[in-house]
Amino acid sequence: MREFGYDRATDVAGAIALLGADPHAHYLGGGTNLVDLMKLGVEAPTRLVDVSRLPLAGIEVLPDGGLRIGSTASNSDIAAHPDVRRRFPAVAQAVLAGASGQLRNVATAGGNLLQRTRCPYFTDVTKPCNKRVPGTGCPARDGEHHNHAILGASVQCIATHPSDFAVGLVALDARVTVQESDGPREIPLEEFYRPVGSTPERETVLGPGALITGIVLPGLPIAARSRYRKVRERASYAFAIGSIAAALHVTDGTVTEVRIALGAVASRPWRARAAERVLLGAPVGADAFADAADAELAAAQPLRDNAYKVPLMRNLIVTMLSELAEAPGR
Amino acid sequence: MERATAATITLTVNGVAHSLDIDHRTTLLDALRERLDLTGTKKGCDHGQCGACTVLVEGRRADSCLLLAVAVAGKAVTTIEGIGGAAAGEALHPVQQAFLDHDGYQCGYCTPGQICSAVAVLDEHAAGWPSAVTGDVGAEEIVLDEPEIRERMSGNLCRCGAYVSIVAAVADAAGAQS
Amino acid sequence: MTTMPASVPTAVGEALTRIEGRLKVTGQARYAAEFPAPGLAYGWIVPARIARGRVRAIDIDAALALPGVLAVLHHGNAPRLTDAGDATLLVLQDDAVPHWGWPVALVVATTSEQARAAAERIHVTYDEEPHDVVFSAEHAGTYIPDHVNPAQETSTVLGDVDAALAAADVVVDATYSTPNEHNSPMEPHSATARWADGRLEVIDSNQGAFAVRQSLATLFSLDPSAVHVRSEHVGGGFGAKGTARPHVVLAAMAATVLQRPVRVTLTRQQMFSLVGYRTPTVQRVRVGADASGRLTALDHLAYSQTSRVLEFTEQTAIYARVMYAAGALRTDHRVVALDVPTPRWMRAPGEAPGSFAVESALDELAEQCGIDPVELRARNEPDVEPATGRPFSSRNLRTCFTEGARRFGWAGRDARPGVRRDGRWLLGTGTAAATYPARVTPSTATATAEADGLFTIRITASDIGTGARTALTQIAADALRVPLERVRVLIGDSDFGQAQLAGGSLGTGSWGFAITEACRALRTELDGGATVPPDGLTARADTAERVQALPALSRHSYGAQFAEVAVDLSSGEVRVRRMVGIFAVGRVVNPLTARSQLVGGMTMGLSMALHEEAILDPVFGDVVNHDLAGYHVATNADVPPIEVDWVDDADDVIPTGTKGLGEIGIVGAAAAIANAVWHATGARHRDLPIRPDRVLFS
Ligand SMILES: Cc1cc2nc3c(=O)[nH]c(=O)nc-3n(C[C@H](O)[C@H](O)[C@H](O)COP(=O)(O)OP(=O)(O)OC[C@H]3O[C@@H](n4cnc5c(N)ncnc54)[C@H](O)[C@@H]3O)c2cc1C
Ligand code: SF4
Ligand code: FES
Ligand code: FES
Repeated sequence: MREFGYDRATDVAGAIALLGADPHAHYLGGGTNLVDLMKLGVEAPTRLVDVSRLPLAGIEVLPDGGLRIGSTASNSDIAAHPDVRRRFPAVAQAVLAGASGQLRNVATAGGNLLQRTRCPYFTDVTKPCNKRVPGTGCPARDGEHHNHAILGASVQCIATHPSDFAVGLVALDARVTVQESDGPREIPLEEFYRPVGSTPERETVLGPGALITGIVLPGLPIAARSRYRKVRERASYAFAIGSIAAALHVTDGTVTEVRIALGAVASRPWRARAAERVLLGAPVGADAFADAADAELAAAQPLRDNAYKVPLMRNLIVTMLSELAEAPGR
Repeated sequence: MERATAATITLTVNGVAHSLDIDHRTTLLDALRERLDLTGTKKGCDHGQCGACTVLVEGRRADSCLLLAVAVAGKAVTTIEGIGGAAAGEALHPVQQAFLDHDGYQCGYCTPGQICSAVAVLDEHAAGWPSAVTGDVGAEEIVLDEPEIRERMSGNLCRCGAYVSIVAAVADAAGAQS
Repeated sequence: MTTMPASVPTAVGEALTRIEGRLKVTGQARYAAEFPAPGLAYGWIVPARIARGRVRAIDIDAALALPGVLAVLHHGNAPRLTDAGDATLLVLQDDAVPHWGWPVALVVATTSEQARAAAERIHVTYDEEPHDVVFSAEHAGTYIPDHVNPAQETSTVLGDVDAALAAADVVVDATYSTPNEHNSPMEPHSATARWADGRLEVIDSNQGAFAVRQSLATLFSLDPSAVHVRSEHVGGGFGAKGTARPHVVLAAMAATVLQRPVRVTLTRQQMFSLVGYRTPTVQRVRVGADASGRLTALDHLAYSQTSRVLEFTEQTAIYARVMYAAGALRTDHRVVALDVPTPRWMRAPGEAPGSFAVESALDELAEQCGIDPVELRARNEPDVEPATGRPFSSRNLRTCFTEGARRFGWAGRDARPGVRRDGRWLLGTGTAAATYPARVTPSTATATAEADGLFTIRITASDIGTGARTALTQIAADALRVPLERVRVLIGDSDFGQAQLAGGSLGTGSWGFAITEACRALRTELDGGATVPPDGLTARADTAERVQALPALSRHSYGAQFAEVAVDLSSGEVRVRRMVGIFAVGRVVNPLTARSQLVGGMTMGLSMALHEEAILDPVFGDVVNHDLAGYHVATNADVPPIEVDWVDDADDVIPTGTKGLGEIGIVGAAAAIANAVWHATGARHRDLPIRPDRVLFS
């Protein structure tokens, strides 16, 4: 780890100014990802601007029944918040499915969205990696990729985004509020992450120095019956190999509203728009659920060792939708 | 812009304020172990992947290996030495006693982290926090049964495989507390 | 039979909490990296980034220019070492790189932050050679080793296996595999070395301080008495700390060069290439039986890998040598040397992977014969050890199965696979047998009667979590016929003399033997009227002759493992719902810590069954998932209630009557789980671990 300067920001404007003053400065949230990567040599900031004590930790109910989650709210506080739990259960469940109690206490909302991939080549500076050092190649494609992307990947990079939280959020139309040097901006989370294409190193649409100030969850009645399910290689304290957040509304046997997002399948939390299109207006039932899953996974490009994710995701979509359809109170 | 790479900070550990000149790179874990000789907090992985370094920061459990000491300055840190029994004759915390009674450890290396975590788990449960195995995440009352304890304690790996006894110890301590 | 007078204390058998327990739960127990030393410097290893080749040049200037950096050792300037019979310790001696992660330099600085930063700045250029790291049974370099670990016969043949197989009514011929598994004790290896009063003083994390002392003495051409190794509390080992590892050599080197205390602690990542691991195995098992399930042939051929640095061949196929009465029996091994780190011992080397294959094959045979798996094993109980014809000192496997089946509720089990359901979960149960040798080796110990009426025992034993300190205190108290409170057992100090290291389930028996002898000798002296001088009265024991004279019996512990699993075929998830393990382990000295050992072994077996696999990268030659987020071991949430007990197993070949508990719990556990997964789903998993991707495609 290289030596670095450290400043603690006390307000948003100050944070942005501090960051702007040093071209290799990084914001520090809880540090659970950034400090990890600094120890590995993957990140080598010359200065850290600690934003974890900014007054942005609140979680408030908005007039439309939605929520604003401050960017420095801890993952634990998000999951423990009564309004998140009752009105956006998929979000609470997604947060709780991630990391460990210790890490969730420290990890911030903003840091969670910006955590980097767990691709083992990305985190090992002795290896080539297009995301870490553009143009060096992608050893995962022929190497270890059993937990890599099946959707939306590119020749340059097949890494997945590891966040559970973001999957819950993107299913429920969350927006990210950002402060940039030229003012505030609100970005739908679905558009927040850039497609991989040939620039895997550029992960979001954020401008340089942008500070995430919060996350807005719009007041969606359907969200109160949303759910999150995560499959992983041990029962806890492991990243997903596949996950799903979904909500379903059925009127007279017809799907009238649906939200589905998938995790651990793409470089970003994957909103399953194709599946949603198939379902909307379709008669509820196993056939429609299977058709929806197939529609979404038609574009899947599995590799040698991650092909299992195709049946896994198909089964997760079908099972989740069936459970939601059978759940009381829909 | 001038850039200092070290700072003088005040680290408050187990109620005692320590003034330390600290390299910004120093983690809370290394500050405790190498600078303050508080070696009860263990380093198993240095990357947030094992929980051996668990301490309480402002009463909440955290992996101290991923916290920079400089970022924790001014916050109250509690380590295993502050949980109980560190001084001769000092009483053990009920969680520590339960670990002893149930043999909730073998080599003992994960144990301080397990105990700090367990102390926090009891508080988190008392505060009504749900977990990944809570059936109804919106429920007001959550029973701290064995599956709940297992999930909540899963941020602490134990390679000796003492989990069965750890769960018994935590259940015992929870019962004694409520 | 001798009756004990009522006044004789019997500490053995008491469920005592650990003597060092309070230290451990309060954070006061200090492990190797936790002793402060004035002027301490920190060493940081620079690992090789190629799998085979030579170091062409090392540029250390940038590192040396950094603040706090004291030295950079490399093959060009490091002290020369003498081979101590373990080439994995000959670090920084030449430019050869035998595998990824091999130390090519050691940076020493005044803080660990400085050392790590400097290590990142060392620029090494290599002459890279093509490497060969991919293990398979078909590898062209496969050969027949002279012996298997530690010094056992490579092959045994009894009868004509091929003829027996040809004539058998039922044949199972299946190939099983287990992956590269890493011990991963929670405490990373660490050593602090310094010179004081003409002695090399070392505090090290190991399973046997005496052996480490001997290695260091040879390596550094020192008189053994000039080396002092201590390891009072050790944070687990499971074999990975069995003998000296490179970190302690590097610490001693740097302390010698710099003449100040130096600590070298491995990072978790470095542990994946420097401290040993369990080799991957491929095992072909052929079983022939008559229609009633009586074995007529058992053939076990095991393949494993070793490194080019040191030959280590896992004794995978020895399991069958003691287990079943097959008319014809053949066990054999093959090994291939690759450009990989050297595999070493990991909990129950041999038996752990071997039992997975044999006990799975028996389950397949039970299925084919339509015989209950418990009954099948009962039908094949041998009268003598099958491979050698040696009589058993005791063999209570059948009792274990009877008791285990009763506790588990095995009776009336529907043998059909894939027919029990609980929501999205398919349920199944499985069983497997277990065995592990109960050996003892020569050890020395002293017992001292102190002037204040207390007794001090000194032995270079090691408590890596086994409860050895407590059990030995109980054994000593009984041998001295005094209450426990009057006995203090000191361990983990090489000055106490030669003793068995903590491994191979050899500890309690070997140490207990020496302690018993020393205590009895002291007791005899005291009973004979000897007076205790102010500096104490000491009796010494060396069990070399007595161990030599032990009868040539087949002495083993046994066990019966049972598991219930739930499998979700739609997600591939497997959860173990409960386990029962009943063992015959000789005398149990301390039921509390004994249970922990057995449960711990079964927990590691569960982890082996479902989670553990180090994935080797064929292109780079390293373990890709080289940390605890990538290399999955079981978490608390993975582990269900585990019920453990033991049956009467009187066996007084050695004074303690113990057989060892450290390994047997892992043996057979993975097979019981795999067999249960078959029962749940109808799919055989012959390759571990049983991960979701495999279940989804089964
Ligand atoms: C062992 C382990 C297991 C884990 N398992 C899971 C899991 O199962 N599921 C899961 O979802 N996550 C998991 N995580 C990841 C964890 O959730 C993230 O590390 C955490 O959410 C990051 O939050 P942070 O505040 O600590 O971020 P930091 O590490 O502080 O920051 C991460 C990045 O975000 C930037 N940043 C932080 N805050 C802001 C802001 N306000 N504005 C702009 N930029 C900002 C930083 O500059 C940095 O680049 C795991 C982590 C570990 C170590
Ligand atoms: S998948 Fe992406 S992150 Fe991984 S090695 Fe390839 S380019 Fe790097
Ligand atoms: S040492 Fe901090 S989590 Fe492992
Ligand atoms: S007691 Fe050894 S790792 Fe938990």
